[in-house]
Amino acid sequence: MSAHRFTVNGAPVEVDVPGMRRLLDVLREELALTGTKEGCGEGECGACTVLLDGAPVDSCLVPICQVEGSSVATVEGLAPSAGALGPLQAAFLQTGGAQCGICTPGMLMAATAYLDAGGGPDDDAIRESIAGNLCRCTGYTKIVEAIALTAAGGGIRLTGAGTIDLGG
Amino acid sequence: MPVEPPVTSPRVLAEAYAILADAPARPIAGGTDLMVALTGELGEPPERILDLWHLDELRGIALDGDAVTLGALTTYTEIRRSAVCHEHLPVLVEAAATIGAAQIQNRGTLGGNVANASPAGDTLPVLLAADASFVLGSARGERTVPAADFWPAYRRTALVPDELLLRIRIPLLAGREMRFRKVGTRRAQSISKVVVALGWRDGRAGAALEPVSPWSDVRLALGSVAATPIRATATEAAIEGRPPTPETADRAAETLAGELSPIDDVRSTAEYRRLVAARVLHRLIREAGGW
Repeated sequence: MSAHRFTVNGAPVEVDVPGMRRLLDVLREELALTGTKEGCGEGECGACTVLLDGAPVDSCLVPICQVEGSSVATVEGLAPSAGALGPLQAAFLQTGGAQCGICTPGMLMAATAYLDAGGGPDDDAIRESIAGNLCRCTGYTKIVEAIALTAAGGGIRLTGAGTIDLGG
Repeated sequence: MPVEPPVTSPRVLAEAYAILADAPARPIAGGTDLMVALTGELGEPPERILDLWHLDELRGIALDGDAVTLGALTTYTEIRRSAVCHEHLPVLVEAAATIGAAQIQNRGTLGGNVANASPAGDTLPVLLAADASFVLGSARGERTVPAADFWPAYRRTALVPDELLLRIRIPLLAGREMRFRKVGTRRAQSISKVVVALGWRDGRAGAALEPVSPWSDVRLALGSVAATPIRATATEAAIEGRPPTPETADRAAETLAGELSPIDDVRSTAEYRRLVAARVLHRLIREAGGW
């Protein structure tokens, strides 16, 4: 066991776990951030995608000893406040980009990396950006539409600063 | 939950050497292979692990005289974004882009691909065809091993237990052309059935473009068709000194089909690999010949 310090969604955290503990397990079990899902556990499906220093990674393949001093962003950080959604999340809702939901957090994080890097509403580029994320329900089209919609910055009725009111 | 062997994360190379001199440890770079092995489904997990990720001495891409040097921890994303690689080694950029997707490219490293020694390692045929060499280091000093001598058998390398792969050196040859093709089940995120890397010099200087000038220094390397990444030397000899004509392509493809002895496994069959490798080579020569 040893102490590992990093930030999650901007907040500093310290966990005392074995260095080879997967980032995925630390997020879910130690920090109770269960938005990040485990799919295959071997870097194929992308369900556990989080951003590590801004770059999408499979959190099942990252030992916590390598996260020391880094910043981690998870799906929990996308919502600007309780009961509200960020624009990308709202677009998924609007297009029907989620069915069973297991791939959704990973899709959202991969797409966030794409949008943060200035990606536009280009079908091929969007598909490449989520090539590491498998979805067995949607056929991808509605997910791609949601990302394109967000990239284009239109089509979503926003309330407040880029959020959508869920009435919660 | 996967097994969690004890791990040490040194900050400087000398410390890593000292740890390895003391007791053997399995190095981990980006973890895209080793973390999967720790699920326990792929043989005995290592007793202890040496985390290389914080060794900044193993990072960086540099133009070094007549060669490009890449630190062992260079990720595929870094290769894809490197101006040096785009200018001098576009074939390596192309290969890096076919490995996994963004999540894997952000973590997987060139050094990890080399040291993991999978016969399906996608960059390895490129390194063989480019006459790359590997700089290995330990407390005893550094030594250089050519790629052609680095993988003696299935999943084996020239590394001894207290050694680390430090950097990859790729010589730049005036007038060298290189091509890369990967055949897998889908375009992203698939393990290769066949990988082909082809290199040559066509001797044409400057603007005197003569599409059918003879090729020299031909290199043909393949992955996923043998126990290790291999050079197909008989096929190289069949192309050497000839221009990229239909006759050369036919002869090369036929020679390659006879030279390879791949196996059937979960990803493909021996026959498919043999036919596809020959077909890919034929196509690469045709594209280069412009016919």
